[in-house]
Amino acid sequence: MTFTFNKSSRRGIVASAAVLATATLLLAGCAGGTPSGGSSGGSSGASEGTSGGGGGSVTVIPKSLGNKYFEASDKGAAEAAKEIGLTFSEQGPTATGSADQVPFIQTAIQTGQKAIVIAANDPTAVCNDLEQARTQGIKVIAFDTDTDCRDVFINQATVDGVAKGLVDMTAKHLGDKGTIAILSGGANAANLNAWVEAMQAMLAADHPNIKVAKVAYGEDQDEKAYQEAQGLMQSIPDLAAIIAPDTVSVKEAAHYLSDTPEYQGKVWVTGLGLPSEMKEYVDSGIVEQFGLWNPEDLGYLATFAANALIAGDITGKEGDKFTAGKLGDYTVGANGEVVLGPLFVFDKSNVGDFSF
Amino acid sequence: MSAATSAGTIAETGGARYLRHGRPLWRRGLLRTEAAIILAVILLLAIGTAVVPFFAQPYTYSTMILNSAPVLLMLLPVTLIVITGDIDLSVGSALGFSSAIFGLGFQAGVPIAVAAVLGVVAGAVVGILNGVLVTIVGLPSLAVTIGTLALFRGIAVGLLGTTAVTDFPQELTRPVSANLPGLPVPVVTLAIVLLAIVFGILLHFTPFGRGVFAIGLSPEAAAFSGVRVNRTRLILFVMSGVVAGATGVYYTLQYSNAIGTNGQGFELQVVTAIVLGGVSIWGGRGTLLGALAGGLLIAALNKTLQLAGIGSDTISIVTGAALIFSVVVASVAGFLSRRRRGKAAATPAVGA
Repeated sequence: MTFTFNKSSRRGIVASAAVLATATLLLAGCAGGTPSGGSSGGSSGASEGTSGGGGGSVTVIPKSLGNKYFEASDKGAAEAAKEIGLTFSEQGPTATGSADQVPFIQTAIQTGQKAIVIAANDPTAVCNDLEQARTQGIKVIAFDTDTDCRDVFINQATVDGVAKGLVDMTAKHLGDKGTIAILSGGANAANLNAWVEAMQAMLAADHPNIKVAKVAYGEDQDEKAYQEAQGLMQSIPDLAAIIAPDTVSVKEAAHYLSDTPEYQGKVWVTGLGLPSEMKEYVDSGIVEQFGLWNPEDLGYLATFAANALIAGDITGKEGDKFTAGKLGDYTVGANGEVVLGPLFVFDKSNVGDFSF
Repeated sequence: MSAATSAGTIAETGGARYLRHGRPLWRRGLLRTEAAIILAVILLLAIGTAVVPFFAQPYTYSTMILNSAPVLLMLLPVTLIVITGDIDLSVGSALGFSSAIFGLGFQAGVPIAVAAVLGVVAGAVVGILNGVLVTIVGLPSLAVTIGTLALFRGIAVGLLGTTAVTDFPQELTRPVSANLPGLPVPVVTLAIVLLAIVFGILLHFTPFGRGVFAIGLSPEAAAFSGVRVNRTRLILFVMSGVVAGATGVYYTLQYSNAIGTNGQGFELQVVTAIVLGGVSIWGGRGTLLGALAGGLLIAALNKTLQLAGIGSDTISIVTGAALIFSVVVASVAGFLSRRRRGKAAATPAVGA
């Protein structure tokens, strides 16, 4: 009997000791990570954690980590922060659920950031916490996707500008007739949905002979987008083109097309893509042309806007003017929007010139 | 493996239950997995306060609970399900389904209280379907709830499409994420504590709860000793659905956002917390307190690492490693204790 007693208690001790050891290890890891800032995605000199005295600090929260588009915008933001002399850090979730960015907003509030630059996965789910930030005097700059609660929105391109760029490209190739499909990204992304709606409206009004058979969603995931592209080409026999206004979707649509010779030359793929990801498909002739803006410029502009807000140069009302370093002068438009510029078209001649 | 484990556990609990009373109360109370996990939480918070800048403020605790509330609520009934040896992987989708129904009801002009009830009922429907398929049809709960996970996520996303219902009245959404007066914890803490007490009593201090453990150890033995096995399992699945449904309504109001993707992936966070809290995935062993502590440990880990500026990819790695570590340690400890008991059983026999 005494034997069993000893064994049971020993087991308890082993378990407690082990959990304690885990906790200690974890904490050692976390304490060790603090000085380096640790945020991934190539942020340079993220020295948050040290109390942000001096010129102020700004946190950039992308939709998710490991997305080349946001790596590029973060790079631009970091560059601008360096030019201005702001402390910069980049923090973001690995998933794109509507509330996944909330903890990072809370962290920014707690660590005394002067501004939050965010590309929200969901326009409303982040608002409780962004409002909390604003009541504490933190400036909120939305970029890429607008939210319901920000000081300014850095718009990469107007909705009509993007839609017109993609529709014109496609209509010209198709000779203004045929069946097409749209392969979008996340079904909740406000910007993607606005473009899809605008494209449909524009096609219905100006190109009545082009029919949109289906709108599918790749959910920002390679595999899902690939499967959706496959589904579209298989299920719509007379499909002549896919417009994919999302970098993951257009890459995977091109990827599927390059894997499937029977659709090559039959289905034309275009959309908004990253030059680095689309280069192989443009070089091999799978994709003729696609559009985008420069995400590095977008992050760069957003950070300059953050600085102008922190300094009090602008308040976000229409007509406010500020200078954004190498990009020149910008004016805040209606509803607190700052527009980066028109849609940029990439093809064989220039696709190799860009690093993002 | 599973048979061997549960056989071992039967022998152990059968023999050890009375022996444990021979040990001092503090040893029985403190030298347990859940005590170790709670200690780890306290240690983590203490070290966070000492080492991580900006940690020592009430906002840390209020947001920590706010962020983990859905998982902490849903893990309560699921813990009971895991102890019976079943599993419920559909809670995240039940949350999303409830959120979609609640949002649609509200949008259609139904009084918000009625819409909320509809949301809870939607969760209950998921629970009933799970329960019926598992008990009456007799399918394995893993397969059934993976099925309902996909099914109700699909329905939720399909119902709302790309739209989200967001115009919930602020008089309702504000108080939901507000703190309790005078305390650094949000209102939802009350619900968590209250439900934890209810499920804790149900599991540990009622005949129903003893039936739950008995089913986890051996459904046949439980049935022969008078436990209504299928009735118990059915009730648990329905409870899980109801709690997930209520959590869906709460989550919708917390973020003022009804959308079909709400709660995606929460089922795995729930199971992670339960397993980390020392509940055996084979059933028959574990406590509600342990599961709750497991959930709190993950919440505290997330908060500490985020504030320390550690990226979310690293946080994911740390959480995964902690889970594997705790499971490995528990299983090694169990193995050592069984081996020693084997020897011990042999020794007196020889001596006699």
